[in-house]
Amino acid sequence: MSDLIHASAVELAAQIANKTVSAVEVTQAHLDRIVEVDGRVNAFLHVDGDGALEQARAVDHAVASGQALSPLAGVPLALKDVLTQTGVPTTAGSKILEGWRPPYDATVVERLRNAGVVILGKTNMDEFAMGSSTENSAYGPTHNPWDLDRIPGGSSGGSAAAVSAYEAPLAIGTDTGGSIRQPAAVTGIVGAKPTYGAVSRYGLVAFSSSLDQAGPFARTVADTALLHSVIAGHDPRDSTSIKEPVPDVVGAAMSADVSKMRIGVVRELSGEGYQPGVQARFDEAVELLRAQGAEIIDISCPSFTYALGAYYLIAPSECSSNLARFDAMRFGLRTDDNGELSAEDVMRHTRAAGFGPEVKRRIILGTYALSSGYYDAYYGQAQKVRTLITRDFEAAWASVDVLISPTTPTEPFRIGERVNDPVAMYKADLCTLPSSLYGGPAISVPIGLGDENLPVGLQVMAPVMADDQVYRVAGAVEKALAQQWGGLLLDQAVAL
Amino acid sequence: MSAISRDDVAHLASLARIELTEQELNDYAGQLDVILTAVASISEVAADDIPPTTHAVPVVNVFRDDVVTPSLDRDSVLDHAPAAEDGRFRVPRILDEE
Amino acid sequence: MSAPLIDFDEVIANFDPVLGLEVHVELGTASKMFCGCATEFGAEPNTQVCPTCLGLPGSLPVVNGTAVESAIRIGLALNCSIASWCRFARKNYFYPDMPKNFQTSQYDEPICYEGYLDVDVETDEGTRTFRVEIERAHMEEDTGKSLHVGGSTGRIHGADFSLVDYNRAGIPLIEIVTKPLEGAGKYAPEVAKAYVGALRELLRGLGVSDVKMEQGSLRCDVNLSLRASPDAPLGTRTETKNVNSLRSVERAIRYEMQRQAALLTDGTAIIQETRHWHEDTGVTTSGRVKSDAEDYRYFPEPDLVPVAPSAEWIEQLRSQLPEPPAERSKRLREEWGISEKEMQSVINAGALDLVLATIAEGADPAASRKWWLGELARRANDEGVELESLAITAQQVADLEGLVQSGRLNDKLARQVIDGVLAGEGEPAAVADSRGLQIVSDDSALLEAIKAAIEADPDAAQKIRDGKVAAAGALVGSVMKATKGQADAARVRELVLQELGQ
Repeated sequence: MSDLIHASAVELAAQIANKTVSAVEVTQAHLDRIVEVDGRVNAFLHVDGDGALEQARAVDHAVASGQALSPLAGVPLALKDVLTQTGVPTTAGSKILEGWRPPYDATVVERLRNAGVVILGKTNMDEFAMGSSTENSAYGPTHNPWDLDRIPGGSSGGSAAAVSAYEAPLAIGTDTGGSIRQPAAVTGIVGAKPTYGAVSRYGLVAFSSSLDQAGPFARTVADTALLHSVIAGHDPRDSTSIKEPVPDVVGAAMSADVSKMRIGVVRELSGEGYQPGVQARFDEAVELLRAQGAEIIDISCPSFTYALGAYYLIAPSECSSNLARFDAMRFGLRTDDNGELSAEDVMRHTRAAGFGPEVKRRIILGTYALSSGYYDAYYGQAQKVRTLITRDFEAAWASVDVLISPTTPTEPFRIGERVNDPVAMYKADLCTLPSSLYGGPAISVPIGLGDENLPVGLQVMAPVMADDQVYRVAGAVEKALAQQWGGLLLDQAVAL
Repeated sequence: MSAISRDDVAHLASLARIELTEQELNDYAGQLDVILTAVASISEVAADDIPPTTHAVPVVNVFRDDVVTPSLDRDSVLDHAPAAEDGRFRVPRILDEE
Repeated sequence: MSAPLIDFDEVIANFDPVLGLEVHVELGTASKMFCGCATEFGAEPNTQVCPTCLGLPGSLPVVNGTAVESAIRIGLALNCSIASWCRFARKNYFYPDMPKNFQTSQYDEPICYEGYLDVDVETDEGTRTFRVEIERAHMEEDTGKSLHVGGSTGRIHGADFSLVDYNRAGIPLIEIVTKPLEGAGKYAPEVAKAYVGALRELLRGLGVSDVKMEQGSLRCDVNLSLRASPDAPLGTRTETKNVNSLRSVERAIRYEMQRQAALLTDGTAIIQETRHWHEDTGVTTSGRVKSDAEDYRYFPEPDLVPVAPSAEWIEQLRSQLPEPPAERSKRLREEWGISEKEMQSVINAGALDLVLATIAEGADPAASRKWWLGELARRANDEGVELESLAITAQQVADLEGLVQSGRLNDKLARQVIDGVLAGEGEPAAVADSRGLQIVSDDSALLEAIKAAIEADPDAAQKIRDGKVAAAGALVGSVMKATKGQADAARVRELVLQELGQ
């Protein structure tokens, strides 16, 4: 039965569909795995064992009665605790939502349920998705399964660790500035950020509205693509949702054919700050792609160097407004309501008690960037820089089909190492920020171990709405490396 | 872009309805100063005639029809309120006029 | 807390008032601005809420297309330009009745801008037309409603806690803002009232709102400042809220002019603040001080996409606009042969549509006006409601007039029928039947009563025979009494005189 936890989603779905194994057995195996390792990994904030088994039973019933099943029916999944699920605790990694059970489901959750995916529980994250290490969670950090003293990345660290630790074959994260891709890279798995607007944000507790996007994690590119196709698609409840049909990401992942592609290497995403091991693995991966018939072209995107500045003005600005609703009046934490204090004071005290330091910092920063007299220089200017970054991407598409870079400049750092140095922490997102600001799709795929024997990822970026292209290239990289390694990178991890 | 002082942080915290301790006021002033310096690079960019981008995919006119759809069950809403009375949310006394 | 006031004439002699009016219209859409919750007035608290209008984490707005259409129609009717591309913006501030602690509104890109509305005001020199320039009309959402519990007045001061109902949160609002209104001089109060009244008629005619000031579907804030003369720079202005009727608009402006003038004459500066109008005491009191202007940190709403009405759509809406109220009033005035002043009375009473509906049901214009502006307006006033809230329809009024025309009822009897209709006793004819109301028109029955009256009052009878026809009044009175008012007084008088040889 322990083989069940090492199987891919595709394999599990097939075995359930042809009754080799029941969905309940699969779910139980994963619940057992969580009990076995999560005390050390701390990926999960809430495990919904009863709910998961009930969902699994429903799938088995459908199988037994011969109903047509979706391609992921019965496959377990870990859900980042930033998506609402009716009646299930949803904290967004914050004390201010401790105990809150939403009265409605996120669209992503609805789609997962309709596809028969079994949601095992809610995973740990940096508070309100603000962070790159999951150390900003109010519920303790998650530990990287490769080395428990290391960060699993953030803000979707819990989801990435769950997949990396074989607690679930699939997970959902959210990516605002790199929060799926960077955790995927440092935990040695696959993670993708869809085109902005491809996946509904209804039910996604908002951090930065013009950047947030939910996306898939898995151990293989094919599994990731399948999950992507289940959750993506137009939602009338989200005004920013794209109406165009979801590209054939699964087909692209399967074909993995890059023989006629022109692949651009972003010049600005290398050099100082990039660990030699990371750069070396990246260069080797580039050669692999060349060997598969792709044309490799050096591309300069000068505006990318301003991405960090623009992002750390836009995101805090939007979040300072999005988080205003946490005021102790309608839901969530309320402190110091002794009948004497005014509503204003209760708000102030509750927000002070309920938000962690990084969240407070970003709210203050965002309030500043939007305030009168500063708007033009900060938020206004940042939105213009966003246009320049977009123009760099569009100029690139004239000569290449996709752009690639390392996913993050370093291997996973130690827990506690950067937590008091916000700017050092922010630099983990250097490679992922440009495509977030542009809104295009991007994926991280494992390409090997760095000098500290810890995972390194390669990022593929594509034009807006060309999500299939990132899966095509990632598939090609995975295929080539699978031949070298005889399996997945994860096979090289020390078992927990 | 000027340095951000402890008093600036106090004013912003007040606008954002977050009570900060004296320690926090000073710490954040220092940290925000560092962050602002890091983001200051964007002011180098000559962008006078560059239009801002607010949305990745330029869509307009997303509307819904004026039809009524089901509301939430009141109990499901008030059960999670910090305080409720007579079908309403109970909040401490409000000082500011509306 | 009564502030010193200066006599109005003295105010005008020494100061020039500048006005600004901000009107919020609650649209009569079926659902809210950004979600599908119902907008019914008077529902049980918090039964018309959802994640979006409650601002729950993860919720998102979607724009109500009909609200956009109404906004454009309002703008067109106000002669505004319609933006070819505009966005919503977040207005950030904290208040418990605001679920998101920001209001989704419009900032520097209103959907309508640069318009005007001409209003007529009676002056010493006759009717004068004032052009009120409209700066903008934009879309936004309403807030929830708080009940303040524990204090003595039900208002915020001294309350122990508040109870909040979010049913109203998210209902579509259109905010219409005038440019500073200059040159009204002593007619400032009347111009303001006429503007709000005319705006109300225009909105009613468009069918976008039920514009009931007493229910809050039309709200008015009045801004006023004084300056030494039209050439002087603008003075400090105050904003007055809680102006809940046309009457209040006029009174509040007049009061503020007098209060500010008193302060300025005394050498005291005007504080830029928000004040609260009290209709019962006729004063404004100080509210929130606005000198430290709240920084709303506006930025474009990232959860919504721009609104870009096509030229075709705008032209289609323009072609379907109803006749502008000013033109309609002029046309009807001429058709009915009444003065501008009389027409203004009809409009100010909110009676125009009712009168027209009554005419449509067959009554003649003069009679329709008589009933609605006379007896029915009096009753509405007594009950403290708007005319259209009375429990009588245009059809019923027309039927009633029909009964008078046919000679079955006189005015006095008709008023009793109105009592019955308002009390829910049924249709006019049925009420007349069940209450036994009928003019006695049969001469022989009348003659009997007349003879009895003559016998009872020989002195009066003799006077009449002697030629003093004025004495007939007493006999007519007796006959009316005897017939319980159900005789045609004019006919009785004729017969009395005839009977006594006159």
